Amino acid sequence: MNLALRDIRHNIGRFLLTCVGLSLLLTIVLSMLGIYRGLIAESLTMARAPGVDLWIVETNTRGPFAEASRLPGDTREAVARVAGVTEAGSLTFQSVETETAAGKLRLYVVGSEPGRPGGPTRLVDGRPISQSRYEVVVDRSTGLGVGDRLRLGRREFQVVGVTAGQVSSGGDPVVFITLRDSQKLQFDLAPPAARRELARGGGEATSDIVNAIVARVNRDVPVAGVADGVRRWKHLAVLTQEEQETVLSRSVIERARRQIGLFTTLLLIVSTVIIALIIYTLTIDKTKEIATLKLIGAPDRTIVGLIMQQALAMGAIGFTFGVAFILAMKDGFPRRVVVEAPDVAALGAVVVVVCLVASTLGVRLALKVDPATALAG
Amino acid sequence: MTDTTAPLISFSDVKKHYGEGSARVDALRGVSFDVTAGEVVGLRGPSGSGKTTVLNIVGCILAPSQGELRLAGEPVFAGGRWLRDDLRRLRLEAIGFIFQFHNLLPFLTSTDNVALVLQLAGQSRGAARRRAQELLDYLDVGHRRDAFPSQLSGGEAQRVAIARALANRPRIILADEPTAALDSQRAQVVMDLLRRVAIDQHAAIVVVTHDDKIADRFDRVLELRDGLLV
Ligand SMILES: Nc1ncnc2c1ncn2[C@@H]1O[C@H](COP(=O)(O)OP(=O)(O)OP(=O)(O)O)[C@@H](O)[C@H]1O
Ligand SMILES: [Mg+2]
Repeated sequence: MNLALRDIRHNIGRFLLTCVGLSLLLTIVLSMLGIYRGLIAESLTMARAPGVDLWIVETNTRGPFAEASRLPGDTREAVARVAGVTEAGSLTFQSVETETAAGKLRLYVVGSEPGRPGGPTRLVDGRPISQSRYEVVVDRSTGLGVGDRLRLGRREFQVVGVTAGQVSSGGDPVVFITLRDSQKLQFDLAPPAARRELARGGGEATSDIVNAIVARVNRDVPVAGVADGVRRWKHLAVLTQEEQETVLSRSVIERARRQIGLFTTLLLIVSTVIIALIIYTLTIDKTKEIATLKLIGAPDRTIVGLIMQQALAMGAIGFTFGVAFILAMKDGFPRRVVVEAPDVAALGAVVVVVCLVASTLGVRLALKVDPATALAG
Repeated sequence: MTDTTAPLISFSDVKKHYGEGSARVDALRGVSFDVTAGEVVGLRGPSGSGKTTVLNIVGCILAPSQGELRLAGEPVFAGGRWLRDDLRRLRLEAIGFIFQFHNLLPFLTSTDNVALVLQLAGQSRGAARRRAQELLDYLDVGHRRDAFPSQLSGGEAQRVAIARALANRPRIILADEPTAALDSQRAQVVMDLLRRVAIDQHAAIVVVTHDDKIADRFDRVLELRDGLLV
C-alpha cells in the first residue's frame, strides 16, 4: 500500500494547486534558460546566415559584429583573387530606426551585392532583390509583407521578399538592401559634419566603404592557409567562421551567461527553499499520523518513504506542468526562446536533487516525532 | 514470548521521572502490578497521577528510569536498558493501541487502515484486506469498510480503530480513555468488545479511564495517586 499516493489522492486539490505553483517557478527557470539559448541563437544568426568560411575586416578589429570595422570597397576584388577563394562579397551593417504604420521600428540593415555571398537566403515569400535600386527584403518579424513600402533614410523602399528568423544579436529584425543603397543610406544618416567631409573629399569614391568582406573557400584547400594569404595585407584582419562565432559567443554571450546563470541559480535556490517549506509544512500537518504510524510499529523507512515520495511526486508533476507551460508560451515572448531537450533534462535532474534535499528537513522532523504524542489527546 | 503461564504484563518496582534538578517530576515512584491473560484491568487516578506514563512504558515507547518490565514472561526492560532492539516489531506484533481519539490515518479507508498494520507485519495485500474485512464485520462496522475516517461517526471510527489494534492478534491491548469521546451506549459496546477480545484471544487489556460510565466493567481497577498504586 503506497501511503504517499493515498495521501495525495485524498488531498488531490491542494496537492495539484501546490504543483501548479511550483510549476510556475520552474517555468520561469525554463524561460531563463530558453532566453539564454535564444540569445545565443540570435547572436549567431547573422554570422551563420551567409554560410561562408572567412570574414575579412579592418585590421586590429574583431568586427563586424563585436567591433566596428571599415574597409575600402575595392577590397573585395583583392580578396576574390586570393588562391583558394571561390566567392567573395562585400557587406555593410547598420542599425536604423524608422517609422511604419505600426509605429517606431528598429531595424538592422544589411547591404549586400546581389549574386554574391551575404544576401538574404531562404525566402518565405516573394523574390530576391533584382533591381539595384530601392528594393528591400525584410524579415517576417518586421510585420511587413511583399508589396509594402518601407522608409529608410530619405528613400522609400519596396518590399519584394520576406525571410524568417533573421534578427540581429540585439533582437532587431534584419532587412536586406543592395550594397549601393546601403552606402547611400550610410551617407544619408551620417552626422552633417562627417557628411560635409565626405562631400569635400569627392563624394561617391570615398563613400565606397564596407564593413566586412565574406569569402567562401574551395573545399579542397585548408581554410587556415587561405586566411594566412589574406593576412599579408596589413590593413586587413581575418576571422574564420569558427573564430567569428567564438568572438560573438565571448562578447555577446559571456556576460549574458553569467547574468542568467546567476539568476537561474537564485531561482533554483528559491525553489529549493519553497519545496522544503512545503514539505516541512506537509510533515507538520501529519505529525499525529506519523506518531501513530511509529506507535503501531511502522518502520522508519515507511515514514521516510511517505515524505520523500510526496516530495518527488510534487517535483515531477510541477516539472511536467512547467515544461508544458513553457512550450505553450515560448512563442509569445518578444525575443526568441529556445527550449532545448538537454536543458530540460538537466533541469529535471536538478529538480530531483532539489526535492531530495528539500525533503530532508521534513524527514528530520518526522524522525524526531515522539510516538507518545499519538497517545496525548 | 513463549511462557504461557506467566502474566502477560509484569511491572516490578518501576520508577520514572521526567527532567532533572529543579525541573524534576517523579511521575512513577515504584509501581508493581501484573496482568494475566483474559483480564480486563482498569487504570484510574487523578490527572497527572502517572496513568499515561504507565501505558507508554508497557507500550515500549518510554523507558523507565528504574525497575523491570516483562511481557509474557520475557524481560523487555531491566538494568536501565531495553533488552530488545526491535521494539517496533514487538509493538507491531504483540501490542495493540487504542486511543482516546481514533487516530486513524485520514487518507485511508476503514479497510486500508486495518490492512496497513497487517501488511506492515508482512501479510500480502489480498490476505490483509480479507482479514481487515473480517475484523470490521466482527466489530459491526463492515458496512463502512470503504468510508474514510472523516465520514465515520465517533463510535464507528473508534470501532475501526479497535479493529486495527486487534489486527495482528496482539496478546496485550492498551487503551487510553477509549470511551471518553463516546456516549454511554457506545461506551458499553466498546467495553463489550474488549471483554470479548480478552476471552477470544487470551489477551491482557489495560484501560486508562476517568469514565464513570464504565467503572463497573473491569475485573480489577488499579488506582494511581502521585505515582504510587493505592
Ligand atoms: N514529557 C514529559 N515531560 C515532563 N513531565 C511530564 C512529561 N509527561 C508527563 N509528565 C508529568 O508526569 C506526571 C504524570 O503524567 P501522566 O501523563 O502520566 O499523567 P496522567 O495520569 O496520564 O494524567 P491525565 O489524566 O491528565 O492524562 C505529570 O505530573 C506530568 O506533568
Ligand atoms: Mg494521560
